[in-house]
Amino acid sequence: MSDLFNVNVTVNGTLYEREVEPRILLSDFLRHDLGLTGTHVGCEHGVCGACTVLFDGNPVRSCLMFAVQTNGHEVTTVEGLGDIDDLHPIQQAFWEAHALQCGFCTPGFLTTLVPFLEENPDPSEEEIRNAISGNLCRCTGYQHIVEAVQLAAEKMRA
Amino acid sequence: MKPPPFEYYAPTTVEEALARLAEHGYDAKPLAGGQSLIPMMNFRLAQPSVLVDLNNIPDLSYIRPNEGGGLSIGAMARHSMVEKDALVAERAPLVHETMPKIATTQIRSRGTFGGSLAHADPSAELVCASVALDGKFKVVSQQRERWIPANEFFLGLFTSALEPEELLVEIQLPPFPKRTGWSLMEIARRPHDFCLIGVAATLTLGKKDQCKKARLVYLSAGDGPMVGQQAAKVLEGQSISPELFEEAAEVASSADIDPSSDIHATAEFRRHLANVLTRRALEEAYKRAIPNI
Repeated sequence: MSDLFNVNVTVNGTLYEREVEPRILLSDFLRHDLGLTGTHVGCEHGVCGACTVLFDGNPVRSCLMFAVQTNGHEVTTVEGLGDIDDLHPIQQAFWEAHALQCGFCTPGFLTTLVPFLEENPDPSEEEIRNAISGNLCRCTGYQHIVEAVQLAAEKMRA
Repeated sequence: MKPPPFEYYAPTTVEEALARLAEHGYDAKPLAGGQSLIPMMNFRLAQPSVLVDLNNIPDLSYIRPNEGGGLSIGAMARHSMVEKDALVAERAPLVHETMPKIATTQIRSRGTFGGSLAHADPSAELVCASVALDGKFKVVSQQRERWIPANEFFLGLFTSALEPEELLVEIQLPPFPKRTGWSLMEIARRPHDFCLIGVAATLTLGKKDQCKKARLVYLSAGDGPMVGQQAAKVLEGQSISPELFEEAAEVASSADIDPSSDIHATAEFRRHLANVLTRRALEEAYKRAIPNI
């Protein structure tokens, strides 16, 4: 085992201090060390998008970062978007538009879409499809997801 | 899969990073954005015993204008930063057009300009664009500093001219020539995925609107960025016409590239796609050269 490193990272507004081996991926750190299992792990090589989180506000693949690299930074996971009594408008729209079936890919879609809709409050269908091209859904196809993003954009503009 | 254990260093200066690389030689790998290295480590295709993380060196992340109209880009400038930069859009339109086509949003948040080049993947857009634009790369070690032209930097499949103790720190792009159009086109099974074939093109027109200079550099078409040398000979000095572009496309796709077959496409199909893309890219570059006249 290699040396342990101290990591101070703010996740969903809470400061965590942990010791990690440098090889621990951010995705595993979130799930195993912090118990935040909303971040899902699919392919572990940057293709599926299920593990997407926000790193200092930007969407990143948490399977392609080491936890040690988050020292002094901010991470937002799906747990940080909203909760069951107070869903984020994008979560609410996914629910209403039936944009998920098994739900495995959903956290990655939601975290990808938060900065996208902040930057593009009124996106075209093409822009939406482009924005989610790094997230794979194997249940349903993308039609309902695109509709949910349009609905979410409406909600967020209102 | 998970990466095997490694020693980790997070220097805050280039000097410190170079000292670590000199100390560990072949055992060490610089970690830039990690969007190619970390997946390779996750699958244990790469098992460096030392990682020198460059993400805490702020001095490597910049985009600056050069005198005469060129650009300098720090090796750790993230793709998302280059993508949104107004100066890049103005001075390096081919790079501006290329950035959104690189991988996905999540990868572009983290991936870096220099990391993509140092990785020397022949299917990487920036590898081919930097050759098409006659970029040059500043490479430093504890002993020396040298500039390597893009067309001498890429030696083969995932192989660059970088020595183990060296670091790519800056990319310089010369002023974009006048009366020049550009295009970057690729065909992939899924948007933003590795392409089956692609081409970065620039076309410079002469005084009589003839083709003065043409650069065609192909992605996923061989063991490195494949330069369309024969096609350039067909084009240069000739009056522009659809027939000329067709001839160039024919020559490029048969003589200039060396694509291989895999489960996604046969070499023959890739040559066909290269032919089609060459024509389209030249047409687009030509249209874009016209308003600059």
